[in-house]
Amino acid sequence: MRPSSRTETWWRGLRITITVLLVIFLVAPMLIVVVISFSSAQFLMFPPPSLSMQWYHKLFGDPAWIDSLIASIEIVVPTGIVAMVLGTAAALGLARGDIPGKRIITGVLMAPIVVPVIIIAAAIFGAFRTWNLNGTLPGFILAHTVLTVPYVVSTVLASLQMVDERYEHAALTLGAPPWTVFHRIVLPLILPGMLSGLLFAMVISFDELVVSLFISSPTFRPVTVQMWSDVLGDVDPTIAAVGTLLFLFSLLVLLLEAVMRRAGITSPLVGQS
Amino acid sequence: MIDAILELRSVRKTYSGVTAVDGISVALSSGEFLSFLGPSGSGKTTTLAMIAGLVEPTGGDILLKGQPLNPLPPYQRNIGFVFQNYALFPHMTAAKNVAFPLEMRRIPRAEIEQRVARVLSLVGLATYGSRLPSQLSGGQQQRVALARAMVFEPPLLLMDEPLGALDKKLREQMQLEIKQLHRKLAMSIIYVTHDQEEALMMSDRIAVFNNGRIEQIGTPPDLYEHPQTRFVADFIGETNLFPGTVAEVAEGYCKVNGGGLELRARNGGSIKSGQKVFVAVRPERAMLCDPGKTAEPCENRVIGEVSEAVYLGRSRKYVVRAGGAEVTVVQQIGSRLDTAFSIGDAVAVRWKAEDSTAISDFELSGIT
Repeated sequence: MRPSSRTETWWRGLRITITVLLVIFLVAPMLIVVVISFSSAQFLMFPPPSLSMQWYHKLFGDPAWIDSLIASIEIVVPTGIVAMVLGTAAALGLARGDIPGKRIITGVLMAPIVVPVIIIAAAIFGAFRTWNLNGTLPGFILAHTVLTVPYVVSTVLASLQMVDERYEHAALTLGAPPWTVFHRIVLPLILPGMLSGLLFAMVISFDELVVSLFISSPTFRPVTVQMWSDVLGDVDPTIAAVGTLLFLFSLLVLLLEAVMRRAGITSPLVGQS
Repeated sequence: MIDAILELRSVRKTYSGVTAVDGISVALSSGEFLSFLGPSGSGKTTTLAMIAGLVEPTGGDILLKGQPLNPLPPYQRNIGFVFQNYALFPHMTAAKNVAFPLEMRRIPRAEIEQRVARVLSLVGLATYGSRLPSQLSGGQQQRVALARAMVFEPPLLLMDEPLGALDKKLREQMQLEIKQLHRKLAMSIIYVTHDQEEALMMSDRIAVFNNGRIEQIGTPPDLYEHPQTRFVADFIGETNLFPGTVAEVAEGYCKVNGGGLELRARNGGSIKSGQKVFVAVRPERAMLCDPGKTAEPCENRVIGEVSEAVYLGRSRKYVVRAGGAEVTVVQQIGSRLDTAFSIGDAVAVRWKAEDSTAISDFELSGIT
C-alpha cells in the first residue's frame, strides 16, 4: 500500500509546519531574553530601542551577582563529580549485582525525578535544620547530589545495557581479575554514559531553584536564587543578562554531549550491540 | 582414566529448584575433540560455563589434570573459552584483543608482540591486527576470538556454538579450519553445538545431552550406527522407528513384533524378552525393490506402497506406506540397487538385521 505522492507531499508539508511552529514556540522566549539582555532600555521591553552591553557591565560589577555565580560554580562542579561516581556505582550494582530488592532500590534512587520538588525541598530543609547544613556549601552539594544522581544512574544503566555481559565473562576467562575487568573493559565502554550523566547532573544542579531557595542563606546563594530575589525586587534587564549566561552554559553542555555522542558512534565505544 | 586432562564427576546445577544439569560425568583425554551435542536447554552450555568457572556447580567435582577446579575463580583456571557471539572487546583492535590474556599474565611486551603476530597469522589474519572488531566480518571476528582463546596456550579450549552466527558456507569452511588447527596443535577441545552434522564431522567423540543428562557418549560412527536411546536415534540423523514388543533375544540380536511386522534387529543394550522397544533403521540402510523380483536375502522385508518420491540430486528419497507404518528410504543415485519408483508403485523395503537396532522404549512412557 503506497500512498499517492500527492498525499505524501501533503503530509510532509504538515509535518514540517508543525515542527517549525513547535520549535518557534519553544525557542522564541529564550531568544527574546537574549535580545533583551543587550537592550539599552532601563526596563524589560521588546523589541529594545537600541543595543548596549550595559547590563553585562552591571552584572559583572555587582558583587552580589559575582558571589552567586561563584557559589553556583562551587556547587555545580563537586555535585557533578559526586553524582557521577555514586550514580555509576549504583548503576553497576543494579545491572550486574546479585542483590535482593533491586526494583525497590531502583525506585528509591529514581524517586527525586518523580516526587514533587517542593516536597523534597521541604524535607531537605527540615533535615538540614537539625544538621545545621542550611546555607552551607556541603549542604548544597548533598542536596543537589540527591536530585541529580537519578540522571547519572539512568544514563549509565543505558550504556551498561550496551555492554554485553559476555565481554566481562570473556575477560575473566582470559585471566583478568574482577577489578581489571572493570577498569580495562567495563569502564572504557560506559565512559560516554558516565560523562553525559556528569553533564546532565551539572546542568540540573546549575538550573535548580526550588530546593536551593529553601536551603540558601543571604550570604550563600547560587545564581538561580539571586535571580529569584532580583525578579521580586525591581526588575531590570540584568536578569536577562544572567538568563542569557545560563542559557549559554546549558547550550554549551548540550553541544559537548552531542559531540561526545557523535565521537562515541564513530569510535567503537557505542553502537556495538 | 589416567591421561584425562579434564574430568567431570556427577556435576549438577540447579537454578532455584530447576535442574539444568543433572549429574554429568565425563572425561576428556589429552588432545581429544569432544562435542557436547543437544537441543537448547539441554544443559550443555551450562556445563561448559561450569568448567570455565563462570557458573558455580551445585554439586560434583571438576578436575583439570587431576586438580580440583572448584575452588579456583575463572581468571585463575587458565582455560580458553570461545563465546557464541565472539565477545571481542569492541574498544580494542584485533591485536589488542589477542594480547589481552598475555598482558594479564605479565609477559614481556616484545614477546607479546611476537606471539600475537604468530597466532594471528595462524588463523589467517596476519594483516588485520590493527582493525577494530566492528571493521571485521563475522568469520574474521570468529578467528580473532579463536586466536585470543589459544594465544596463552591453555591446556583446554572450550567453544560454545562458535559458528552459530555464520552462514552455512562460511560455517563449513570454519569447521575445517578448526579441525585442522586442532590436529596441528594437538589441543584438547570441548565443543558445544546443537548441529548434529557439525558434531559428526568434527568430533573424536560426541556426548549427546538431553534434559541435563548425557544420553550417550561415543565416537560419531558409534552414535550413528548404534544409538542406545530413542532420543539419540532421533536427534542424530534421520531414523525410522518401529514400535514393538521383543519376542525373542539371542546372540546380540532380537526379534520384535509390532504393527503386524516381524523384525530382526541388533540388541541395542540390555533388551529383554517381552520389553517394549523401538526398532531404529537409517533411511539409507533400507533398500527398495520390486516385490516380485528376487534379491539377495535380508532378514527384514516389508511390503508397501510408495506415497512420496523426491529427487535430491545425489539421492532419491521415498516414503513408503506399509500397513500402519511409514518408512523413509534414501537410495544413492547410480548405486547398484538404484531403481526409480513413482508414487503408487508397490515395493518391498528390505534391510539387514545388523543395520537396525532395538532401543528400549522408556522415554515413551516417561515424557511423551
